[in-house]
Amino acid sequence: MKQPQTSRRSFLALAALTPFAVAATSACGTSGPGASSGGGGASMWYLSGEPNQTTMQKAADAFSSANPNDKITVTYFQNDAYKTKIKTAIGAGQAPTIIYGWGGGGLKTYAEANQVEDLTSWFDQNPDLKKKFFPSVFGAATVNGKIYALPNQYVAPIVLFYNKELFAKAGVQPPKTWDDIMSLVKTFNGMGVAPFSLGGQSRWTSMMWLEYLLDRIGGPDVFKAIFEGKPNAWMDPAVIETGTKIQELVSADGFIKGFSSITADSNADQALLFTGKAAMMLHGSWTYGGMKKNGQNFVQDGKLGFVNFPTVAGGKGDPKNGVGNPASYMSISSKATDKEKESAKKFFKDGILTDTVIDAYINSGSVPIVNGIEDKLNGSPDKDFLNFVYGMAKNAPSFQQSWDQALSPTAAEALLNNIDQLFLKSITPQQFAENMNATLGK
Amino acid sequence: MSNAISTAPGAAVGIKDSRETEKRKAALAWLTLPALFFFLVFAVIPLAGVLILSFASWDGIGAIGAAGMDNWFSVFADPGLYNALGLTFLIMIVSWLVQTPISLLLGVFTAGSQRYRAALAVLYFLPLLLSSAAVAIAFKALLDPNFGLATGLGLPFLAQDWLGVPHLALGLVIFVIAWQFVPFHTLIYQGGVRQIPKSLYEAAQIDGAGTIKQFFHITLPQLKYTIITSSTLMVVGSLTYFDLIFVLTGGGPGNSTRILALDMYLRGFRANLMGPASVIAVILVIIGLGLALFLQRLGGKDKQGSQLEGL
Repeated sequence: MKQPQTSRRSFLALAALTPFAVAATSACGTSGPGASSGGGGASMWYLSGEPNQTTMQKAADAFSSANPNDKITVTYFQNDAYKTKIKTAIGAGQAPTIIYGWGGGGLKTYAEANQVEDLTSWFDQNPDLKKKFFPSVFGAATVNGKIYALPNQYVAPIVLFYNKELFAKAGVQPPKTWDDIMSLVKTFNGMGVAPFSLGGQSRWTSMMWLEYLLDRIGGPDVFKAIFEGKPNAWMDPAVIETGTKIQELVSADGFIKGFSSITADSNADQALLFTGKAAMMLHGSWTYGGMKKNGQNFVQDGKLGFVNFPTVAGGKGDPKNGVGNPASYMSISSKATDKEKESAKKFFKDGILTDTVIDAYINSGSVPIVNGIEDKLNGSPDKDFLNFVYGMAKNAPSFQQSWDQALSPTAAEALLNNIDQLFLKSITPQQFAENMNATLGK
Repeated sequence: MSNAISTAPGAAVGIKDSRETEKRKAALAWLTLPALFFFLVFAVIPLAGVLILSFASWDGIGAIGAAGMDNWFSVFADPGLYNALGLTFLIMIVSWLVQTPISLLLGVFTAGSQRYRAALAVLYFLPLLLSSAAVAIAFKALLDPNFGLATGLGLPFLAQDWLGVPHLALGLVIFVIAWQFVPFHTLIYQGGVRQIPKSLYEAAQIDGAGTIKQFFHITLPQLKYTIITSSTLMVVGSLTYFDLIFVLTGGGPGNSTRILALDMYLRGFRANLMGPASVIAVILVIIGLGLALFLQRLGGKDKQGSQLEGL
């Protein structure tokens, strides 16, 4: 919906022979040599929403004032809208210099279409920079053995949160096994409290359940085979058992009534947990900061508990395995001018993940993906949670990237659609596996 | 613009020279150029592009390759298409059945001269000012099962899983569409009713016809073309209901509100399958054109004829 506005504006601006204004307000600065005549500088698209928006803006401002010839201009977009807009912009050759993303399948599409720069040699020239990050974060930035993106921001594993107050009231312990979960469901339903909060309308929220269950039942190799597109990888018995367990949980009223009407965008799912309407919630570690901010001392008073996802009897997965987002990623558009690319690389090296930015992330309850932050984490008021996340990122035998980002966009859309139907029980686990199996290699 | 010219001094006053009339016609034809240009650039050329893309394989980012009939075969073999088609027609028909009587009656009411009419009319027209996305976000928040209107007002029957149960979600979509579009059609009917000559009603009153008889024997027949116009807009417009449903349900739960226009978007821009999405776009164009032509036929062959003959 934003598109026509931007292009009309750029048209008018071009007509008025003020290409500089265009470069500043829209992405057209990268569309051709005429737009950014002479000077360097790079444009970047980033996600709106606090606290990250302020953190990024401050980082860009600090870098731009220290390097007036390499000004970084950031434009902000809402998450879901951005995902569509960036694809369209790249397809139309109108991408910003710096492309923000989640690595994995999306990055692979860009890399295979030669839309993003190969940064392998650049990282070889800057070994210090490469050593700065957790080694595991480069996995999702690598396509066919080449690095196409700079990892940045923080690691965001999926965590099982629970309301300590409600657990104390019920006199129960957080779940360690799937059987614990099923018995807690009965306990909390008996108390008139929903066992699990879930923003099911967003679909990727439901997906987090499958990611963990499949790992615990079949181990990390099952999804690895799916990711590699091996024939009949989705038909693994572990996939079917995962689906069966999910439907059992839905049938036992494990999720809050009306979960399909709740979206994660409105943070209603978090509110259910901290207002005591739901006892547990499986969600990304980024919700910690949100609950701290909106939960009226819920987090500060130590009422928020967090544990690893439980094991499943007879399952192969290590309970220390994690799933989630190993980092977020930034690539450089191959359509940008050489000067823009240079500015972007300079920003990658000196402007992103500076000490100020690292502190800002830690203050908002996140673990930045850089080595040597143990002392900083221990000095934070959120040290319990930060160390929990840090331990997961460092010690997990396997850390699986979120499925919808690891898979190609075509397979990811089919996955989300089928997960929605699985939770609604409008398809059986067998049909789920068959539908997904048809997307292998797409 | 053409009006200004035809009523210019000297123009209307009996030009008998046919050559001059032709010249004038040629001049008027030139005036259609800007509109024609925009129509070509923004309608005809994209349409041709979509038709070409429907025979291509493209992920929206990489190179465009030829795919022959593959997209067409895959779309027609996909049960998703028939589900989307069925839903589109269901929403179209139910929307028409719901909206037409309400807007017709409201239109007749607002065209009258009752007390408070103007104030009420302003209220009715309010939804017209709101964008679809805003309407959808507002309804979504109001209907939240835990923090919505039901909790706020203490009305437990409102605490349904509105967007989570397939038939409720579908009903809700139809309701919100009606809420948003009834004011627009009311406006059309209001204009239509005001065009009906007063003398018809006066004559009917003398003959002893009551309000209801007047409505069925004068208002309704006189509104024939207004009904056709409004229905065309409703029916063809319902093919493009996208923004509202996209924000409200995103096509869910499952696929229970995934209408054709939304299906096209999700395939093209979410799943990166521009080829199959273009096939659906072509299907949409064909259905839209067919429906518009059919509704025009309903107007009858004498649609140039006046309804006011003899007055």
